[in-house]
Amino acid sequence: MKSLVARRRHPLALALLLLFALAAVAGIYAVASASAPAIASDSTQTQVEEGKKLYLEGCSSCHGLGAEGTVNGPTLIGVGAAAVDFQVSSGRMPLAAPGAQAQAGPAMYDEKEVAQLAAYVASLAPGPQIPTAEDLNTDNVDVALGGLLFRTNCAQCHQAAGGGGALTQGKYAPSLMGSEPKEIWEAMVTGPQSMPVFSDSSITPDDKRAIIAYIEELQTSASPGGLDLGRIGPVTETVFLFTAVAAALAFAAIWIGMKAR
Amino acid sequence: MSTVEKVGAGAGTYVDQRLGSNRFLKRSLSKVFPDHWSFMLGEIALYSFIVILLTGTYLTLFYKPSMVEVIYQGSYVPLKGIAMSEAYASSLDISFDVRGGLLLRQMHHWAALIFVAAVSVHLLRIFFTGAFRKPREFNWIIGVVLLTLALGAGFSGYSLPDDLLSGTGLQIARGIVQAIPIIGTWGAFLLFGGQFPGDDFISRIYSVHILLIPGLILALVTVHLMMVWVQKHTQFPGPGRTNNNVVGYPLMPVYMAKAGGFFFIVFGIIALLGGLVSINPIWIFGPYTPDQVSAGSQPDWYIGWLDGMLRTMPNWETAVGGITISWNVFIPAVVLPGLIFTAMALYPFLEAWVTGDKREHHLLDRPRNAPVRTAIGVMSLTFYMLLWIGGANDIIATTFDLSINAITWFLRVALFVLPPLAFVFTKRVCLGLQRKDRDKLLHGYESGRILRLPHGEFVEVHEPLDVKERAIIESRLMTDHAPLPMPASVDAAGVANKHYRVKRLQAKLSRVWYADQIPAPTMAEIEEGQHHAAHGALSEAPLHAHADALENVPFHGGVLHTPGEEKTNQEQLNDRGGHL
Ligand code: HEC
Ligand code: HEC
Ligand code: HEM
Repeated sequence: MKSLVARRRHPLALALLLLFALAAVAGIYAVASASAPAIASDSTQTQVEEGKKLYLEGCSSCHGLGAEGTVNGPTLIGVGAAAVDFQVSSGRMPLAAPGAQAQAGPAMYDEKEVAQLAAYVASLAPGPQIPTAEDLNTDNVDVALGGLLFRTNCAQCHQAAGGGGALTQGKYAPSLMGSEPKEIWEAMVTGPQSMPVFSDSSITPDDKRAIIAYIEELQTSASPGGLDLGRIGPVTETVFLFTAVAAALAFAAIWIGMKAR
Repeated sequence: MSTVEKVGAGAGTYVDQRLGSNRFLKRSLSKVFPDHWSFMLGEIALYSFIVILLTGTYLTLFYKPSMVEVIYQGSYVPLKGIAMSEAYASSLDISFDVRGGLLLRQMHHWAALIFVAAVSVHLLRIFFTGAFRKPREFNWIIGVVLLTLALGAGFSGYSLPDDLLSGTGLQIARGIVQAIPIIGTWGAFLLFGGQFPGDDFISRIYSVHILLIPGLILALVTVHLMMVWVQKHTQFPGPGRTNNNVVGYPLMPVYMAKAGGFFFIVFGIIALLGGLVSINPIWIFGPYTPDQVSAGSQPDWYIGWLDGMLRTMPNWETAVGGITISWNVFIPAVVLPGLIFTAMALYPFLEAWVTGDKREHHLLDRPRNAPVRTAIGVMSLTFYMLLWIGGANDIIATTFDLSINAITWFLRVALFVLPPLAFVFTKRVCLGLQRKDRDKLLHGYESGRILRLPHGEFVEVHEPLDVKERAIIESRLMTDHAPLPMPASVDAAGVANKHYRVKRLQAKLSRVWYADQIPAPTMAEIEEGQHHAAHGALSEAPLHAHADALENVPFHGGVLHTPGEEKTNQEQLNDRGGHL
């Protein structure tokens, strides 16, 4: 805190302040606009209908007119609102290009439209729901238990530090360093692409919250040992060894070798 | 005499009267060592080993080599209340609750990586300069054993914290032992004292790590250095340096000061790394349990090539009468490393057999002057580095958006294709450099000054080599050796040569070894060439001296004329019989 006070006259301080202000405005806007569909949702029926329109325009070519699936895409009957929310707000759907796996990217639909699409797909058959704020409440959960569950269930694909890992044939489990709690929950309940579904019977909602808390811990914790080199272990350590360390030692050796001449 | 000097002299005399050490010290301290930056590589290895010993000793004070299960209650919250082995818990305590523990742990690990790297690069220096040749073959073998021990030290240390990464490594090691036909299963049981992971392994590998291997390394390093002492250090060719002398600095004070200073630099670099750069964050990997594994699990760098071989090998197995032989593990993890290390240890003898060179060598080879050896070296390095790619295939796949299967297939082809290409390429480069050396000896070096001849041709003025460069290039004359003669199948008396086939093979290989060598000029040719270049450069002195006046050079019918010079260049040229 002391250093913060000391640096408040730093030229960057103004820039930072502006940044905070912008973020605050954006945050308020986001909250305001997010609450808008909630008000509109008192008529679920209209939402489903709006969603159906969007669906027919943007999704039916691959998922079929009645979401029954085509050769270009699987059926969406029973995948639930959570799957749609996960896939569309992460920009994976609508699928842009065929590839090893759908790529995340900027979302094509705004939050209101995502909610409408989700409502439509949810209306076809029951499926996993979008988590509520209560589902995602990580106060009073056991982070260490979350770590244990994470290492048992997730680390084999996402790596122990959540940095992501390779799967076969160009598929990969993405890094979780930027994943939001809602996204993590939805990924667990819907099992996108090569990821398995972790239903409430295999990982209880409490355990899911613990996992989320542990991933947040990974995202925010500082590295006690100094420069963290990506925390993926020996590969980056090796690269560092044979670049920076080797250069320092070679420089010292040549300097010492030179001096007496 | 000052008091200090008096006390010093008194102590010296006291010791000398009992040990007779003064004569020994006098002789030793004035011993001369040659100098070159690459000779520091062995020193880096030695100094990082000292750091390892110091930091390792500190770690032993707090580390508990036990697989007894405990519940963690230390200060790292994200693991609080988790069941783990005492070994892992004590490693966490070292990291979070022991004063200076994390610093020392990280220094120990960085020093270990630097140690093995320095040993390896030191070995490459010895190889590429031919320093392993007679009489130093035994010291080369000691070096290969030291390298093996260094790998063992690293791997055993990596296993001690009993975190998820080290346990995964151990599980692979156990798989490798099991893959040895017939004795494998039994061997794995013996090693781990029962089922994996068992209760005994950590304490066993602990004594290997802190006692057996460091003890052996210490003993062998002592022998290694004593042999360097007795046989004297090799030196790079240079003015006044021959096969029979050593040109350098006396041990005391110059070399001691340099070595001492260098020790503190290496120590300092390791201390900075330990304090600033995280290594092996075991708290992230979590405690080892056999039912967990993390994506991107890798060994430390020096085991990476073995891992690469395992990952690249096709999945071959044969079942013979109820027993499965896992070629997919046995070949890359047991057979090939065994062959590679054996070949490495025997290399000096193989090379001497092929070249038929039985002379002692105290002057180092320039890599270009042994093209086949240099090419073998680069070929092996290419193979080794490709295996690194194999070992890191998953990280490379995610980092560069590639398919892991594509990388594996690329390697299966590249491992057979690229090393031979590297061989051919390196040999060509060496021969090209040899040709250049020959030109320099015969015609001097190209000065970069271009001269236009009267008839319009441009030529470059050559100048004689300076003493140092000439001595370096000429050194080849001292080491060159002719290929072995083809043996006769019957001797003069008509008796069949018993060893004919072996000798013929040897002579053939010898020809391959020396094939395409650019013949070095004789001493007489060199003298003549250098003399000529000197003469040529001298008689060009007028042009040389007025080089900056060249812009306003007046032309007389196409003949260059330097102002202030009474004769035209044409006339000068005629005077010299047309030679520059
Ligand atoms: C170009 C074709 C294409 C378009 C357009 C498309 N999808 Fe998909 N979608 C796919 C494919 C292919 C998959 C299967 C991906 C996989 O699992 O590898 C998929 C998967 C999904 C899933 C996951 C299904 C599950 O089992 O969890 C959801 C949800 C989804 N799409 C929703 C949508 C929505 C909503 C839209 C419209 C905004 C849309 N998709 C547009 C091709 C498409
Ligand atoms: C079999 C491998 C596998 C396992 C096990 C697995 N995942 Fe995944 N996970 C994936 C793949 C593959 C994706 C990418 C899916 C996609 O792109 O649609 C993914 C995506 C995710 C995402 C979305 C990331 C993003 O960038 O949008 C989250 C969050 C996630 N996983 C969390 C988890 C959690 C938590 C667990 C453990 C409970 C887990 N995963 C277990 C393979 C796995
Ligand atoms: C010969 C060269 C040696 C090498 C290459 C080496 C390498 C290693 C490595 C890589 C580790 C893992 C460290 C970690 O990240 O925690 C380790 C751990 C350890 N080493 Fe060494 N070591 C060597 C010698 C020694 C010696 C001589 C001692 C003791 C006198 C020692 C004591 C220890 C101890 C106690 C650990 C466990 C520390 C922990 O788990 O936190 N090592 N060593």
